[in-house]
Amino acid sequence: MRLSSKNLLGIKDLTRDDIQLILSTAGQFKEVLQRPVKKVPSLRDVTIVNLFYENSTRTRFSFELAEKRLSADVLNFAAGTSSAAKGETLLDTVNNILSMKVDMVVMRHSASGAPHFLSQHIPAAIVNAGDGINEHPTQALLDAYSMQEKFGKLEGLKVAIIGDIMHSRVALSNIYLLKKMGAEITIAGPPTLIPKYMQEAFGVHVTFNLKEALAWCDVANVLRIQLERQNQPLFSSLREYNLAYGIRRNLLDSLRKEIVIMHPGPINRGVELDSDVADGPYSIILNQVENGVAVRMAVLYLLSPTSSNS
Amino acid sequence: MKSILTQKQIQITVKRLAHQILENHINLENTVLIGIQPRGIFLSDRIVDELKTLLPQEKIVYGKLDITFYRDDIRQELKLANTTDIPFSTAGKNIIIIDDVLWTGRTTRAALDALVDFGRPSRLELCVLIDRRFSREVPIQADYVGRAIDTFPSQKVFVRWKENFGADEVVLE
Repeated sequence: MRLSSKNLLGIKDLTRDDIQLILSTAGQFKEVLQRPVKKVPSLRDVTIVNLFYENSTRTRFSFELAEKRLSADVLNFAAGTSSAAKGETLLDTVNNILSMKVDMVVMRHSASGAPHFLSQHIPAAIVNAGDGINEHPTQALLDAYSMQEKFGKLEGLKVAIIGDIMHSRVALSNIYLLKKMGAEITIAGPPTLIPKYMQEAFGVHVTFNLKEALAWCDVANVLRIQLERQNQPLFSSLREYNLAYGIRRNLLDSLRKEIVIMHPGPINRGVELDSDVADGPYSIILNQVENGVAVRMAVLYLLSPTSSNS
Repeated sequence: MKSILTQKQIQITVKRLAHQILENHINLENTVLIGIQPRGIFLSDRIVDELKTLLPQEKIVYGKLDITFYRDDIRQELKLANTTDIPFSTAGKNIIIIDDVLWTGRTTRAALDALVDFGRPSRLELCVLIDRRFSREVPIQADYVGRAIDTFPSQKVFVRWKENFGADEVVLE
């Protein structure tokens, strides 16, 4: 019983069966997290390095906690305080770490494809914790888990992905996953933040009208405006973005239906989400964070080394 | 293939095991039952049904435990995890672990590890339908035994139930 791939580089490479296996295993780990002792000994002989070349709060803590709940030994690497700052290459850094008998690598990098490059050169299992504007597979898995938990299924679910699609690895991983699981997708945002040919490439519906997307969907997955990845201005101001695409309570109330609100964090309050929506009754943002630990435990467990696969 | 228990014998044995449990745990006061996933559940369901007819007034506290994450052979092969459902506190309780076959004892060892994570129980006991004697790899023994049998390691014991095989029977191959 294993995933079809030895790494988790992206949702693109997973089969529907893989996704189902991860989600059902995550359900068992979620139960573990409710116990008085929230820990199992499954990975006690496994060492994992968290290699973060880009800033993170949620994802890094979530992975580290998942590793500790599985009893793995954990090494943390942050690019800013390491020899990477002295000019050591990614491959050199990783090979040096692996020579200290590390079994698995969790990696975040600002360059798209960095974990794919690494996977061609090292034997250890790699989990992509976000690579540039490509994929963030564990975020999509925890989003899917949270939606499935809320609605009981993913098949036929109407999901709107709203905001900065262009720079969002969360959006791409979500699209791959939801398509594989049979959900319907609408993408909404300003024309400058939605790549061309999304409809043709992914079979998703594209709209520039926020209200239309909200009126249609069961779930709105609202993305962060990623100013750090925008080399040129793509909208005139944050205030203007908020006026056209920010989700406000009165807009939701005017639709007279329950729309579940999700956000991968960190939230720009008052830009893509107003506080009374982010903290409102339909928000499952903190459930997403809670489920993230269980989902990452499942991924690490299912990719952990066994004598039959090495 | 040799028959060890027939449907009729299993019925009688389940009744006996339920009575023996009650003998030691009058009215199941402060006692909970935990079936081991996946195959111990068929037996624990029946023992619990039997106890319910014997104690119609009592609320029987019954849970299911999956030990996959506690297996000692996890680095050899990953197994599919089943649901654990223990929606009550086991701290200070007498726990009766129920499984179909006791063989090497390794599953029970994992179950003992797992149960400690739910709180410190007052006492742990083990109830099995089949005890493959002289095959133990860890020092574990059962408190309630349906049938003890002597087997070679190469032999296989199949415990089949109506729910998964259409009929209750235990056979040795």
